Amino acid sequence: MEAFTRHTGTAVALRRSNVDTDQIIPASYLKRVTRTGFEDGLFAAWRNDPEFVLNRPESRGASVLVTGPDFGTGSSREHAVWALQDYGFRVVLSPRFGDIFRGNSGKSGLLAAQVDAKVVAAIWDLLEHEPRTPVTVDLRERSVVAGAGPDRVADSFDVDDYTRWRLLEGLDDIGITLSHAEDIKVYEETRPSWKPATLPARTGL
Amino acid sequence: MGLTLAEKVWDEHVVRSADDAPDLLYVDLHLVHEVTSPQAFDGLRLSGRTVRRPDLTIATEDHNIPTVDVDLPIADPVSRTQVETLRRNCEEFGVRLHPLGDAEQGIVHVVGPQLGLTQPGTTVVCGDSHTSTHGAFGALAFGIGTSEVEHVLATQTLMQARPKTMAVTVSGTLPDDVTAKDLVLALIAQVGTGGGQGYVVEYRGEAIRALSMEARMTICNMSIEWGAKAGLIAPDETTFEFLRGRPHAPTGSDWDAAVAHWRTLVTDDDATFDREVVVDAAALAPFVTWGTNPGQGVPLSASVPSPDDFDDDDRRTAAERALTYMDLTPGTPMRAIDVDTVFLGSCTNGRIEDLRAAAAVVSGHRVADDTRMLVVPGSTRVRLQAEAEGLDVLFKDAGAEWRGAGCSMCLGMNPDTLSPGERAASTSNRNFEGRQGKGGRTHLVSPQVAAATAVLGHLASPADLEEV
Repeated sequence: MEAFTRHTGTAVALRRSNVDTDQIIPASYLKRVTRTGFEDGLFAAWRNDPEFVLNRPESRGASVLVTGPDFGTGSSREHAVWALQDYGFRVVLSPRFGDIFRGNSGKSGLLAAQVDAKVVAAIWDLLEHEPRTPVTVDLRERSVVAGAGPDRVADSFDVDDYTRWRLLEGLDDIGITLSHAEDIKVYEETRPSWKPATLPARTGL
Repeated sequence: MGLTLAEKVWDEHVVRSADDAPDLLYVDLHLVHEVTSPQAFDGLRLSGRTVRRPDLTIATEDHNIPTVDVDLPIADPVSRTQVETLRRNCEEFGVRLHPLGDAEQGIVHVVGPQLGLTQPGTTVVCGDSHTSTHGAFGALAFGIGTSEVEHVLATQTLMQARPKTMAVTVSGTLPDDVTAKDLVLALIAQVGTGGGQGYVVEYRGEAIRALSMEARMTICNMSIEWGAKAGLIAPDETTFEFLRGRPHAPTGSDWDAAVAHWRTLVTDDDATFDREVVVDAAALAPFVTWGTNPGQGVPLSASVPSPDDFDDDDRRTAAERALTYMDLTPGTPMRAIDVDTVFLGSCTNGRIEDLRAAAAVVSGHRVADDTRMLVVPGSTRVRLQAEAEGLDVLFKDAGAEWRGAGCSMCLGMNPDTLSPGERAASTSNRNFEGRQGKGGRTHLVSPQVAAATAVLGHLASPADLEEV
C-alpha cells in the first residue's frame, strides 16, 4: 500500500447524508474479478444527471470528497473504496462513516477522515463560492485546512491511531500479522475439539 | 465486574493483545462467496501465500447467480467468469464449495446455520455485511471487506479494535400480528441508521427469548442496517434444539462439552453496557418503509410522512429526496400504495419459517392481477423442504413464481431486478436507491405483509384479507 502523509487537492461538495455503498457503486459493477478499473461505477446512477456535482467542469481532477454524515453505510463491498480511488479521490471528509467502509478505506490507502459537521458545512460554503479551493489534509498533524483569508477553514480530524500509523508507513496488514504466526499457532493448540470445522464435509438435513 | 456476552466471546478469541495495536482475533468460521473473494485469492497468489485453515472455510454461490434455469450455463458472461473464478480458487486453495446445483448451495447466511457450522460463542466473518445474521446463535459475527477476506484466508485472524457494547431490551410480548421483521424495522426507525455505530449490540428481554431461531436471525441480520458492528442473542434451549443433529453440530461427549460451555455464554448480572435501548414489544404493529434507507419506516396503519415532520436538517433533506425518488406524496395512507412486485426471500426472510408464514397467508387466495410475486428460498435445502411440504404448489397455484435459491432480487446484480419506476414490497433488508435494480422503488416488509400485499396488490397485512 502507498504511504499517505499529506495531501493537497481540489474538493467536491457532495451535499448528501446516508450515502450508502450501493450509491457509491451499484451492485451491477461488482461482477468483475479485477482489483482496478472501477471508476466507471462510481456514483453511477447519479452521474446520469448532468447536474450531478461530479459532472460539473469545476469538479474535474478533484481528489477530496466532502460529504454529509453516514457516508459508506450498508454493504461491505470494498469496491466502493476502489471506485473512489480509481476515480482519483485520496480523501473523504465526513462527520460519520459506516464502520466497514472506514475499515476498508484504511486497508486500501484511502483516508476516511472524520470531521465535525460544522467543518463539512464550512467547506461546502467555501466551495460554493470558490469551487477550486484547495484542501490540504495532513495525516501526521491530523489537520484539515481549506482556503485562505477570512473564510479559511482549519480544524482537526479523527482517525484511529493504528490506521494512521499504517497509512503513514504504507504497511501491509497481513505481513504484520504473519510476524505473530507463533501466537496464532499457540492459540490454535488451545481450541476445544468440539469447535466446528468445515472439513471433512458433512451434508444433509 | 461481570462481562457482557459480547465481551466473553471477544475475550475467548484474542490471539494477541498489545497497547499500540488492535486485538488480533481468531476466526472460527470464514464464509466465502463469489463477489468479494476473487481479488482476495488473487492477493494470496501474488504473495505466494496459502489458505491457513481450509477446514474453517466454506464457500457457496449466491449473489450474482440466476434463480431460474440453474442447470444451464450462466448467461451473463461477466457473472459466469466470477462464478468460475470462485470454483477455480476453491479448487486451487482446497476450500469446500457448494456450487449452483448442489443441495447445500444457498445464501451464505442461510447455509452456515443450516449445516450447523454457526455455533454459540464462535467468531464468524464473511465478505458480506449481513454476516451479523449469525449473531442469533450467540456468535460474534460481522461483515468484512475484501482486504480483510484476504487477511483471514492467510492468517485465520483479524485485527479488530474492541467495540463498545449496547443492550437492546425488548420487554413484554409481541402482539400476534407482529413479526421479528416489524420489530427490527421499528427499532431502526427509532434509533436511526447510524444509531448502532461502533457498538456490538445484544438483543435481550422477554420478547427476544420467545422468538424462534429463524426470527432471531432476521433481527440480527438487520443489525448492520442501523450501523452496528454486530448483533447477538444469548444462546438458550431454543438455540441448542435448533443445532442438535445438524450435520456439523457436535456429537456425543463433544455435544455435552459444547452445551456446557454454551450455557456460560450469557451476560453476567453485574455487567454493564455502554448504552441501553428499551423497546416495548406490546406497543409494536406491522411496520413498513416509505423511504430509501431502512430507518425511514412507519406502521402500516400510518401515512407517508412529510419532510416537515423532521426537525433535523439532514433527515428533512433526506426525506425530500426519498419522497421524490419513491414518487410518494405526504399524507398518502401506506395501505393505498399499489405494488408491482412482491419479493419473498433473502438472508433476512428466506428461511423455511418465512416461507411457511407467507404460504399460510396466501393459501386460499390468488396473487392480484397486476402484481407479480417472486418466492426465492434462501437455500436449496429450504427449497427442498418447502417442496416436501407442498409450499411450491401452493405458491404456484396462487400465481406466484417459484424460484431456485440465491440472493436474487435483494440486490441488483443478477437477472432478478426491478425496472425503473417499478415498485416492490420486499422482505429483504435494504431500500436504498437502485438497490433492487436501477430506478426500482422498495418497501421493506415482513413475509406476512409481503404475502397479503401480493394478494391485494397494495401494501396490506394479513388482517386486511379477512375483510375481503
